Amino acid sequence: MADTGFANLKFKTIVPALPVEDPTRNTSLIVTDALNLHYGEAQALKSISMSVRERMVTALIGPSGCGKSTLLRCFNRMNDLIDHVRITGSVKIGGQDIHSRDVDAIELRKRVGMVFQKSNPFPKTIHENIAYALRLHGMKEKAELDEAVEQSLRNAALWDEVKDRLYTSALGLSGGQQQRLCIARAIAIQPEIILMDEPASALDPIATGRVEDLILDLKKDFTIVIVTHNMQQAARISDYTAFFYLGELIEYDTTNKIFTNPAKKQTEDYVTGRFG
Amino acid sequence: MPAKSPPPEPAFEAQLGRRRRWKLLIAKQETIPWSFQSTTFGLDSKVFTGLTALATVLILAILAVILGNVLVSGLPGLSWRFLTSGTEKDMFDVNKAGVMPMILGTAARVILMTIFVIPIGVITAVYLTEYAHATSAFTRVIRGAVNNLAGVPSIVFGLFGLGFFINYVGGNMDALFRPGAAEPVWGKPAILWASMTLAVMTLPVVIVATEESLRAIPPGLREASLALGATKLETIIKIVLPQALPGILTGGILAVSRAAGEVAPILFTGAAYYMATLPTHLYDQFMDLGYHVFILSTQSPNIEKTRPILYATVLALLLLTFTLNIVAILVRARMRKKMRALH
Repeated sequence: MADTGFANLKFKTIVPALPVEDPTRNTSLIVTDALNLHYGEAQALKSISMSVRERMVTALIGPSGCGKSTLLRCFNRMNDLIDHVRITGSVKIGGQDIHSRDVDAIELRKRVGMVFQKSNPFPKTIHENIAYALRLHGMKEKAELDEAVEQSLRNAALWDEVKDRLYTSALGLSGGQQQRLCIARAIAIQPEIILMDEPASALDPIATGRVEDLILDLKKDFTIVIVTHNMQQAARISDYTAFFYLGELIEYDTTNKIFTNPAKKQTEDYVTGRFG
Repeated sequence: MPAKSPPPEPAFEAQLGRRRRWKLLIAKQETIPWSFQSTTFGLDSKVFTGLTALATVLILAILAVILGNVLVSGLPGLSWRFLTSGTEKDMFDVNKAGVMPMILGTAARVILMTIFVIPIGVITAVYLTEYAHATSAFTRVIRGAVNNLAGVPSIVFGLFGLGFFINYVGGNMDALFRPGAAEPVWGKPAILWASMTLAVMTLPVVIVATEESLRAIPPGLREASLALGATKLETIIKIVLPQALPGILTGGILAVSRAAGEVAPILFTGAAYYMATLPTHLYDQFMDLGYHVFILSTQSPNIEKTRPILYATVLALLLLTFTLNIVAILVRARMRKKMRALH
């Protein structure tokens, strides 16, 4: 994927320095430019200009209502489902403006997967949860499906726990297992980007640890954007951290910088727990 | 919050006022002795328990009286011959009358109605919950129309069926397919038009039941499917509707229960006073249990003599409604069990 080039952008887009010298990851996959979003009269996002690097974990942090989930849902156009949402500015993924008229949100979502805060497996069997996603993408052969289901479950570190109960209900799994099944379902269709909206906020520490390990593992193949309220989690798993407050992007830099030497006082106060 | 100025303090006067009132309240309070004796001796509780129990008992009693009366008076007249033979023009003769054509007619019109009402009702409910803007004027007009439809007297539906289905739709079909024919084929009362009239009447029940079951499905499931790149239609067909099936069947059961005993809507649209043969085509008329009860109780030359078959016919109608309901409930129970195995 070609570098999208920032010179022609009207607004100054924050592009943090690379934490590691890896030329294959030196690409901005998602670039927002002066992105504004209104819910009716209320403005949820104020001129957000940032870029998300390929195959890195980018954490979005900030107090409740700061717009981080809204931003996340912009990246796969889930906000389309909500009435009275108005968006100005642009979101480019791989250089393509996703709000342009020739972009089909369905096709976009096939390449930008999402994992939700509340695990939401379908009330079907474990196998069918993943097979449903695969069938949406045209996979029909049973052998092929079975293989892809197994691979996805292995990638989500769930295979060993469920291999004997593939054809039982997904709702019989524990909360952590359900969330990993949702991740397995999201990665089954091989998206380039996975958006995670507080994926571990409803899980106990052990299940959270598993999901975090998984995220670090998935980084090899996927670009991950994660919303989290958990500062330690952001520090543990992300390469970049963006701090939002009241719909504005306050600071965006490498995670190391944000947590050890933030440029803004607001950021420091938030990450150290003094407000928010 | 260092960057933003702290919220302004309430005006000093306002604060003062609040404190003063609070102090006043404390000052006025007296010491209340530690006693937990009821001041009403539990009478209020007893009275309301009694009243609610009485209302329940009353309903049960009414049901028991009706069913008991029908059973006691109807059972002697009910025989295998009565249920399985036609009337052969002796519909008032206790020893020769039979209700088989009426049972078949009623069952057929109820089943036909279900075939019409379920798809239309479900599609309407899907539109209202999944596609329409909840607050738009158009949606509110549809919702209002559905609610008003539920309040229309059934005889008005009968007249509507006569005017719209028979005269307008049927008349035009005749003009189109059989121009110049002397006898109308579609433009007269028929089991098809009776079933469609009943379908219009029961539409609100199906719509409301389906809407409720659709709304009970967590939005997260729809989001999960859409986020995987499913279209809205794929999501509705593969994720939403299978979840809503038991609710849709509940709507169907309510519709069947309501329609099976209705006579007014079919009076002008399809029910026949007497037919020598069974209906064989959608444009045939049919004999109906409910209508037959009406005939037996108003047209009989000797009411005392025909009373046993009148009661037996009522009993047959109750049994038929009961059977249709049981079938639907069993189907729903099976479906729920299948779904619960997946929960």
